[in-house]
Amino acid sequence: MAEKTVGTPLVKSGLAEMLKGGVIMDVVTADQAKIAEDAGAVAVMALERVPADIRSQGGVARMSDPDLIDQIIASVSIPVMAKARIGHFVEAQVLQSLGVDYIDESEVLSPADYVNHIDKWPFTVPFVCGATNLGEALRRITEGAAMIRSKGEAGTGDVSEATKHIRTIKGEIAALSAKSEDELYVAAKELQAPIELVRQVAREKQLPVVLFVAGGVATPADAAMMMQLGADGVFVGSGIFKSGNPAERAKAIVKATTAFNDPKVVADVSRGLGEAMVGINVSDLPAPHRLAERGW
Amino acid sequence: MCPTFPHLTDSPSVAGNSLTIGVLALQGDVREHEQVLDALGVAHRQVRNGNDLDGIDGLIIPGGESSVIDKLSHIFELREPLIEAIVDGLPVLGTCAGLILLSASLIGAIDGQQTFGGLDITVERNAFGGQVESFETTIVMPLIGGEPVKAAFIRAPIIRDTGTSTVIAELPNGDVVGVRNGNCVGISFHPEVLGESRVHEWWLDTVVANARR
Repeated sequence: MAEKTVGTPLVKSGLAEMLKGGVIMDVVTADQAKIAEDAGAVAVMALERVPADIRSQGGVARMSDPDLIDQIIASVSIPVMAKARIGHFVEAQVLQSLGVDYIDESEVLSPADYVNHIDKWPFTVPFVCGATNLGEALRRITEGAAMIRSKGEAGTGDVSEATKHIRTIKGEIAALSAKSEDELYVAAKELQAPIELVRQVAREKQLPVVLFVAGGVATPADAAMMMQLGADGVFVGSGIFKSGNPAERAKAIVKATTAFNDPKVVADVSRGLGEAMVGINVSDLPAPHRLAERGW
Repeated sequence: MCPTFPHLTDSPSVAGNSLTIGVLALQGDVREHEQVLDALGVAHRQVRNGNDLDGIDGLIIPGGESSVIDKLSHIFELREPLIEAIVDGLPVLGTCAGLILLSASLIGAIDGQQTFGGLDITVERNAFGGQVESFETTIVMPLIGGEPVKAAFIRAPIIRDTGTSTVIAELPNGDVVGVRNGNCVGISFHPEVLGESRVHEWWLDTVVANARR
C-alpha cells in the first residue's frame, strides 16, 4: 500500500501555490472571517488585534487566544493562518495543535527571541515569514519557511515600504541571475544564505517558494500595483476592517488583485468605497516603532 | 493511439501536435500547470474571460480556492461561456478546486457557492481535514501505465458519489479521487506540484485528441 506522507516540503509550499493570485485578509473575529470569505479572500489571518491597533495600543503583542482561533476555523472553509511571535516555537506548536493551516512567524507581534527564528522544518504545518530583502527571504527559507511575504510596514496604510521591499527582492533576484557562476560564492556570503539556495535562485530567476506582499496595502490600486511589481498575491491587514466599508473594500481589493493589469477594472472597483483606513506615514514613525526592522 | 502510455512517452499525438490548451487563470496554481504543459511541449494560454475560450482545444482548471474561483468567474463573466463550452464538449481537466468546480453538487460549500458542472458527481470539500492532514502519496492508475502516479493532496476533496462517471483513481481505502465522464476529467490531487506530467499527458492523448467538437 502506498504511504501517505504529511508535512513534506512540497505539500507545505503547495498550499501557498494554491493561494496565488489571491488576497489574504487579517481578521479578529469569526464574523470578520465570514465577511472576508464571502468577499473572496483565499485565506484569513486570525489575530487578536490588527496591526493598526497593536501600533496605537502598544504593549506586547502575542499569539491569539486559542478559543478565538477555534471559532475562526469553525466559521470558514478557506485556509486559516495565525501568527506566532518570531522565535516562539511553543506558540507555533500550540497553533499547529489547534489545526491552523499556516503559521505566520510575524514581526507584527513582539519578538520572543532576538537571535533565532523558529526552526520550521520539524513542523507539519507550513510557515510564512516576512522579508525586506533577498538575503532575509533566503535565510527564512533555509529555516524551513514554505512561503515568503515582503514585510512592508504593517498597520500604517502607507504602501511605500511594501513597494520598497518587493522591488528590493525582485531587483536582487535579477542581479543574482546576471552573475556568473564564480561570483555566486561572494553573493552567498553577502546574502548570508547557503550557496545551494543562491545557485537555485540565480538559475530559476525566482524564489523557490511563493512570494506575497504585505504591510500597508489599503486600496484596490495598492493591491494591483503590488501584483504588477511581481507579487504572487497580497496580504491585507488593517486595510480592510479599519476602513469605512469592510465588505465592499474587501471585494474591491479581490477584484483588483485578479484584474491587476486592467486599469478600467481597478478604477471601477475603487468608486464609492468610503473611507480608507486612516494612514500613518512611515517617515513619521520613529525607528523603534518600525516593525519591518524586527527579524534578521 | 495507445490508451495507456509509457513513462514520459514521445507519443506523436502529444509531441508533434498543434494543440493549444487554455489554463483558467483567475486564481490558483496556474504556473505549475503551465510548467507541465511546457515540459510536454504543448502550447497554452491563460483564460481570464469568455473570449479567451475561443480556439482552445482543452481547458485546465487549476487548484486554488474553489469558492474564490467561483466568485471570480461570475465577476469576470466567464461562468456562462465556460458552462456553454463544457456542454459543447470542450475537454476539461480539473485538479482539486478544479474537480470541485466540475462537480454537480457539493458537501461543505459556502453559502451561495456554485459549480460549472460537467461531472455528475458529489464532492466533499476539504474532506481530509486541514493542511496538517495534507499529504503526498503515489496512486496506481490503471489508465496510466508504468510507475504509480505521484500525487499531492492539499486540503483535498473526495468524490462521495460518482453518478455515471467512471472512476480513474482511488486510494487504497476506496476513497474515489479521480473520475472521467466524457470530455471532463477531475482529480482530487495535484500531480503538477510534484512535476508529474503523465496525467496531463494521458488527458491530452486520450480526451483532448479524441474530442468531437
